[in-house]
Amino acid sequence: MKLCIEFGGGLELLFGNQKNYDVEVPADGSLTVRQLLPWARDNLLQDRPELFMKGDSVRPGILVLINGCDWELSGTLDAELQPGDEVVFISTLHGG
Amino acid sequence: MEAENARLRAEVEALRARLRALEAAGASADAPRQQPDGSSCTAAAAAGAAAPAAAGARPSRAPPAGFVSPHGLTKPQAERYSRQLLLPAFGPAAQARLCAASALIVGCGGLGAPAALYLAAAGIGRLGLADHDAVEISNLHRQIIHSEARAGAHKAASAAAAVAALNSSVALDVHTEGLTPANAADLVRRYDLVIDASDNAPTRYLLSDAAAATGTPLVSAAAVGTDGQLTVYCLGEDGPCYRCLFPEPPAPGNCARCADAGVLGPVPGVMGVLQALEAVKILAGVGKPLSRQLLLFDALSGRFTTIKLRARAPDCAACGGGGGAAAAGDAAGGTGAQAEGPAGGACCSGRGSGSDARAPRGRMRPEDVAAFDYAAFTGQAAHDGAPPPLRVLPPDQRLAAAELRDRLAAAGLGGGDDRDGAANGASSSGSGGSGDSGGAAGCVLIDVRPTAQFGVMSLPGAVNLPFDSPERFRERHVASVLALASCGAGCAALAAGAAARDGGASGYGGAASATGSSGAAGAAPRGAAARAAAEQAAAEQQRPVYVVCRRGNHSQLAVQELRAAGLREVFDLAGGMEAWAAEVDPAMPVL
Ligand SMILES: [Zn+2]
Repeated sequence: MKLCIEFGGGLELLFGNQKNYDVEVPADGSLTVRQLLPWARDNLLQDRPELFMKGDSVRPGILVLINGCDWELSGTLDAELQPGDEVVFISTLHGG
Repeated sequence: MEAENARLRAEVEALRARLRALEAAGASADAPRQQPDGSSCTAAAAAGAAAPAAAGARPSRAPPAGFVSPHGLTKPQAERYSRQLLLPAFGPAAQARLCAASALIVGCGGLGAPAALYLAAAGIGRLGLADHDAVEISNLHRQIIHSEARAGAHKAASAAAAVAALNSSVALDVHTEGLTPANAADLVRRYDLVIDASDNAPTRYLLSDAAAATGTPLVSAAAVGTDGQLTVYCLGEDGPCYRCLFPEPPAPGNCARCADAGVLGPVPGVMGVLQALEAVKILAGVGKPLSRQLLLFDALSGRFTTIKLRARAPDCAACGGGGGAAAAGDAAGGTGAQAEGPAGGACCSGRGSGSDARAPRGRMRPEDVAAFDYAAFTGQAAHDGAPPPLRVLPPDQRLAAAELRDRLAAAGLGGGDDRDGAANGASSSGSGGSGDSGGAAGCVLIDVRPTAQFGVMSLPGAVNLPFDSPERFRERHVASVLALASCGAGCAALAAGAAARDGGASGYGGAASATGSSGAAGAAPRGAAARAAAEQAAAEQQRPVYVVCRRGNHSQLAVQELRAAGLREVFDLAGGMEAWAAEVDPAMPVL
């Protein structure tokens, strides 16, 4: 399944300092965020996996956005992705 | 409706009082500052805060009559804010609401600086400035409210001075004690709105909880590197709080500090100005605030994106359950109006007067905020300053800066001779380096700071092997150091040696950086064979190893790892590069 994946808020540092990835994720018809996370960790992440995932979800402090909406609005881990969806992972910032 | 009428009556009375005070103050031409709102000064004094200027003398002359301002704006106000008054989207009613409103800015740094200046310039009635920190020169690239002349001063007082110079009609409360769990709710409830311009996770949770516990809208922003984020919490019926979004605190490793990660000056500037804008909208009751929306700013691609956020969570530890909507409805005045939504300028009812009818939004109450341990919850201290000094190594494994200088010079690393003669301020470090850790020198010098810091300045001949965590240092770098140490003076076969020579003679900056697995001494072999090789290398140590970092914390942990791997002649620089700069080389920049 073709997806646009983006990392921001400093999270891109774990992903080879690259913010945007156009990827083809293997999927049997359907693909949930729960399945996407380990795939991104194993295929895109280059550094410090413990700062990206905790258990089967993202690390606290990371917001997941699906097509510009908080993933909380579409079922978090069980959110079903569609071809062409844009999934953004944003680390919340604290500095000022 | 009853509550709304009462609110409006109170508002009109407050405006009348301000009008009289302003006209009286305006009549005395040499009064340095007008202090229209006496009550706020009293409030500030009661809180132990130092108001920067006392209320000026107020001649009790009757106000002149002659023009009609249906919104209670005075002549100086009408003239000063005319460009906003002429704006159809704003106008005199909105301006009058803003002039009667108050806001607390927590953090007078990169975000708070522009937020305070723009709020004052736009005509907010009263501004609270909270920060416990002092102005440093390295703040000034982004904290433009301060100045070189005020370096060392309290940031809150420095910011107040700049605000007073910009708009003397703004009443100011200076809170140099900063925000603590004990004072947060009391402080926040004295303002119509609060701005989170802080720089750390525990303060962000504390402020959000205090906002939820007092029913105060919170305009929150953050900026690190080239990224900015902004949203409004605790506003309206369904607006979430910080805990709704982040019920669990982030790992400290996910929290980049500006002091470590860097920040491009205009980025917090942009975000702070946007905070002022959101606050103006909410206080004046115009436009649509960024509640349930998160604005993202990517400075490098010049892109603003706004994304839709979840609503307030019913199970939120701060704003869920408990009082919430029901309590808000019961409360007289402020909160009831606030729940009607932002368009009515609703949250401005308690403005400036110190009267407070706002209720907690949810289960968390002011006393709960005071009792909560935010440092333990987030695992971080509530400041952006230096971490406390570690005491891990025994004293005989640590070197003072002067001792290390002598040892490096004796080993042919770094020039120790012409230090006193460097009258032109040029760094000694660039002049005398004859050897390097990889090859010719009689010792190995390891710098465990992040590569970006190493790139700004380093000691000649140092090899950069960044320390993130004990595990990663063990995994990635220990074998490299063992190889370097077991390789005698003159040995030049190592990759790290070659890397070190490439840049080792260039003084500050440009020295060798061997990061990650591609770095020093090639890929370390793994497993039992690796252990055997490591033991062998440790047993054959030929050269002493010196480890330096920024402050002398990580260097101790790195030495611990190296000793655990079998090295005996390994020491760290007590106090790190900061001590080196203070005691050995004043020309070296301190980051
Ligand atoms: Zn909440």
